[in-house]
Amino acid sequence: MIPPQFEYFRPASLPEALALLSTYADDAKVLAGGQSLISLLKLRLANPKYLIDLGGIGGLNYIRKETDGQAERIAMGAMTTYAEIKGSSLLQSRCPLLPQTASVVGDVQVRNLGTLGGSLAHADPAGDMPAAILALGAELKAVGPKGERWIKAEDFFLGFYATALSPHEILTEIRVPLSAKRKSAYIKAARRPSDFALVGIAVCLEAGQGGTCERIAVGVTGVTDKPYRAKSLEAKLKGKKLDRETIEAAAPAVTEGVDVIGNIHASADFRSHLARVYLYRTIQAASQS
Amino acid sequence: MHRIKVTINGKEYEQEVEPRLLLVHFIREKARLTGTHVGCDTGNCGACTILFNGKLIKSCLTLAVQANHAQITTIEGLAANGLHPVQDAFLEKFGLQCGYCTPGMILNACYLLQSNPQPSEAEIREALEGNLCMCTGYQHIIDAIRYAAERMKQSGTVQL
Repeated sequence: MIPPQFEYFRPASLPEALALLSTYADDAKVLAGGQSLISLLKLRLANPKYLIDLGGIGGLNYIRKETDGQAERIAMGAMTTYAEIKGSSLLQSRCPLLPQTASVVGDVQVRNLGTLGGSLAHADPAGDMPAAILALGAELKAVGPKGERWIKAEDFFLGFYATALSPHEILTEIRVPLSAKRKSAYIKAARRPSDFALVGIAVCLEAGQGGTCERIAVGVTGVTDKPYRAKSLEAKLKGKKLDRETIEAAAPAVTEGVDVIGNIHASADFRSHLARVYLYRTIQAASQS
Repeated sequence: MHRIKVTINGKEYEQEVEPRLLLVHFIREKARLTGTHVGCDTGNCGACTILFNGKLIKSCLTLAVQANHAQITTIEGLAANGLHPVQDAFLEKFGLQCGYCTPGMILNACYLLQSNPQPSEAEIREALEGNLCMCTGYQHIIDAIRYAAERMKQSGTVQL
């Protein structure tokens, strides 16, 4: 399969990329690792006139710890690859949800090129990284002609391949708050290991007094037209002891208010069932992490 | 058209290419190195696997223009001085039937053994996730990689 014709730019700096994007915004696509976009080009599901490759811009590829007063956080450049996230000893010790999630994206080859920022900006409704980013309460830095702004992960995903980024903006950094008390897990249901998730659940929780759950955040992917935070479910579990009965009673809320997708891979009923089952399994795994 | 320079197996290739040309087609049709195969063309099968600046990638999911100034190793590059020990092991242990997936399998195995010279069977199976074989049922491929690891340990071979 041959992609459609397009003009190709490989800017050497972010300002240069932004200038190209403001000239060609509506007809342009931004290329990061290309592991989704090049497939879409070949299938002609994407048909941009201009392709702006971020591969020539240095300095968008890093994982570092930052301190903001008392609070610590991880900052990751948008061009950081899944393989780099999977292999980061800093993340493994301080934010293991990210390497755990990155390790189930695609296969070795895809993880070597595919990027965190690409995954988020592409916004596949069944992408793995968005679920983790949502559960971690990350913030995403969008840079545009008018400067930069920070978008909360929960406000970022708008629908099928649609995000809060304007056509003139580029996602450059992902910031994740750190917490010593946080336990986490990501588990996805997929027919084969490198497949997209039928359902993927990311859970972050913090234990309170007497075995109750003080804070819980649940990111869900694969279920509807966008990855989302299951807020009504979180409200039902917060402050409770997370035993089987409590989780099972609250579990239907994981798809509350959500238009669940049904397709050849799984019916809407089966997906909802998977979401409830995997919610339980992921909370169990997070509690024991 | 874009003029690109790509080093493949130590030899430099300079060509004018259309931006939409996939790297796998550059390797096969411009550099005339046909050991890199086009299988599924959707990024699933791994027959087009190459080493790109030392990293294992799928050349059907990369544009040739992205490879400007890159260093690439294809299956032909492994056999520069006789067969590579992993290639020998595939022959010895019947790690192939039709051979279509073999270049990708062998490059994947070399990449794995570089970072993990003595992988367990589970680690080999996990590493091969992105390389499909329709003939062998994988068992002989896994046997071949374990055999290669053993042989390379004994002979102290550096992988690439």
